[in-house]
Amino acid sequence: MQTDDDTLALAAARGETSAFAVLIERQYDRLFRLCFRLTGSQADAEDLTQDICAALPGKLRSYRAEASFTTWLYRLCVNAAHDRRRRAATHARAASGWGEWELNRRAEIDDSAQAIDWLTTAMRSLPDDLRDTLALTLDDMTHAQAGEILGISEGTISWRISEAKKHLSSLRQEDRP
Amino acid sequence: MTDALDTLKAAMNAATPQPNAARRAENIALAQKNYDHIQGTLDGTRPTSDRPRPGPLSGVRNMLRSISSRAGLTVTTAIVAVGIVILTPLGDNLMPKRAGDVPFVAPTTQQEPLAVTEPKVAVPQPIPAPMVEMAAESGAVAPAASRAQMSAPGTSQLHSDMPLLTPETNTEAFANADANPVQTTAETPVSTFSIDVDTASYAVIRNSLTTGQLPPKDAVRVEEMINYFPYDYAAPTDGAAFLPTVSLSQTPWNPDTRLLHIAIQGTAVEVENRPPLNLVFLIDTSGSMQDASKLPLLKQSFRLMLGQLRPEDQIAIVAYAGSAGEVLAPTSASERSTILAALDNLSAGGSTAGQAGLQQAYATAAAMSAEGEISRVLLATDGDFNVGINNDDDLKAYIADKRDSGTYLSVLGFGRGNLHDATMQALAQNGNGQASYIDTLSEAQKVLVDQLSGALFPIADDVKIQVEFNPATVAEYRLIGYETRALRREDFNNDKVDAGDIGAGHQVTALYEITPTGSPATLNDPLRYGTAAPTTNDSDELAFLRLRYKAPGTDTSQLIEQPITASMSADPSFASAIAGFGQLLRDDRYLGNWSFDDAIALATQTKGADPYGYRAEAIQLMRLAQSLSQN
Repeated sequence: MQTDDDTLALAAARGETSAFAVLIERQYDRLFRLCFRLTGSQADAEDLTQDICAALPGKLRSYRAEASFTTWLYRLCVNAAHDRRRRAATHARAASGWGEWELNRRAEIDDSAQAIDWLTTAMRSLPDDLRDTLALTLDDMTHAQAGEILGISEGTISWRISEAKKHLSSLRQEDRP
Repeated sequence: MTDALDTLKAAMNAATPQPNAARRAENIALAQKNYDHIQGTLDGTRPTSDRPRPGPLSGVRNMLRSISSRAGLTVTTAIVAVGIVILTPLGDNLMPKRAGDVPFVAPTTQQEPLAVTEPKVAVPQPIPAPMVEMAAESGAVAPAASRAQMSAPGTSQLHSDMPLLTPETNTEAFANADANPVQTTAETPVSTFSIDVDTASYAVIRNSLTTGQLPPKDAVRVEEMINYFPYDYAAPTDGAAFLPTVSLSQTPWNPDTRLLHIAIQGTAVEVENRPPLNLVFLIDTSGSMQDASKLPLLKQSFRLMLGQLRPEDQIAIVAYAGSAGEVLAPTSASERSTILAALDNLSAGGSTAGQAGLQQAYATAAAMSAEGEISRVLLATDGDFNVGINNDDDLKAYIADKRDSGTYLSVLGFGRGNLHDATMQALAQNGNGQASYIDTLSEAQKVLVDQLSGALFPIADDVKIQVEFNPATVAEYRLIGYETRALRREDFNNDKVDAGDIGAGHQVTALYEITPTGSPATLNDPLRYGTAAPTTNDSDELAFLRLRYKAPGTDTSQLIEQPITASMSADPSFASAIAGFGQLLRDDRYLGNWSFDDAIALATQTKGADPYGYRAEAIQLMRLAQSLSQN
């Protein structure tokens, strides 16, 4: 049987190196997946994951198991993503992932990747808050969990999802008349 | 037709790539490295040897101090200017700086604006703290959350080998255990614990509340809060070391239970007839003691205490930082100027070789001791032992060994930020001493002047309390506080097992919340298949109190026994208000709807005579805690 993540995180916060090693090994892929959903490109996702890996040990010391570790980690992740976006906005080449440059590059590389193009377009067309919400719910988070992570009410999450759906269906109608 | 969202989800799953294996390994290694770095800087040793020594240099220091000529002023002004360039952000802009020069910022929380100069280096933007409310709850971490400087190397590898800035979290560690649960008398009728005369916890709580934060839950030890206050207990007569007083009162937070109040009043030693004292001040002069609330306050505190000593008393001072050394050879307390000059010469710097200091202090105390005198080491520290033995258990073993030589050890804690309460507790409990926390000069007055005799003159060693409850009259009981002082039942009669010591004039109060049989407040249902034999005794006693103690310096204990009956009732006391307050701060699961309002009302009502104003201060703290807990 595996030790659960919360216990591991608490042990790591207390300074048990082995607990931290297990924890980061176990969480990395999941973390990367969410980073990809938040950023939309592999390169950005790798970099965002790196940011989080660098900061995690320091942050972990204030982990008190008041929220489940996954929730806590996702919140860390979403905040790190916001932060990156803010920084990226000042860069000239500034792809916040689903940006123009990334889109063009992908289109050049693979014209036939219709589905992914559609995904790219769809995600790009969404405002940041809707995109974050969607990224979390696509990761099998419930509306309540997503609300806890983003620090907003469950109702707001549900509203954002329905907004996102409206966006997407209008997009589909444009796509396939 | 499928939902747009499902299509998107499927597409997203298809599009999500596997993480790049090389980057994955690299990132995990980075996380591990940062983790080890943080752990390492907490525990690691930074041995330097810059302990101040008296000698030829002290003359120069004194000379510089007294310079007031124009030349002297020019020199000091120049020094200040250099200080500004080196230490302030303004200076940072003036000085060229290489990326590799980023200093490791030692974790400090209490004095941010001055102590930490944020380096103007291309550190990537801080990542906002993920849980601001969590940081706020964890007390002193709060300021760090908003200004955490976390090294998060960006897309380029340029910064990857830059030393890391860790956030300014505090490194305080508090000793505590889970709150005592409710015990069923039929299953565990006997409760055994060691007395505790420490008051450090109350002072730490006061310090937290007055700086606008609720104290960390683990910093709250209810028994130390109760024992902080003087109570009006009957004094022992005809030469007894102490006198137990037992009373029963209504539980403020539960109408269906009673509070059993066990109090011990130690005999007062006449100041005129007290034996001579050998005091070794063991003073931590490591870099972390620099703060105004640490070394300077310590000097003032000891100055206050000097006035209480007599010419027969001997004082020695041992300072320890990177290395330990005797600053003042044993000197009669009447030579005030010599002692004060030695104290004034202390300055902070370097790491903390606590073990070497302790060894030297014990050796000095052993050399000073003579027949009929009392030797005591007074350790003044912020609790940071980072050189030598720094493991609590090893320290305990070392102290326990020294304890048998007859030298007592008391611990005075100073400052916040890296207060190692756990280490201090371990030292004082195992060194037959007392741990106090000094945050203000008035606390120093209380500990080192008003209650000096208690702090320095032991009257009974290894005092243990055992209460056996009568299952016929008491269904359940719960000891409030004393979690870190629990003893096994069999340890009560074992004179080898160490316990707390009482000093002259000390008072110790222990409270049990007891549930009479048949009371609706009973929490545990009787067992259906229970094996507990129906109680056959028809005694109407509630419980039986046993006390063991040793006269100082002896190895065999004496026993005091006393039955406790329901007739010993009294009105709710100030102690019960403090017990309630402590539980509100720590864990209020047994308090029902009882709130800070009720605590304040009860404390105000039971305040009584309050010559030193301690109780009025406690009520003020309750009001602060009430406001803070509403945020």
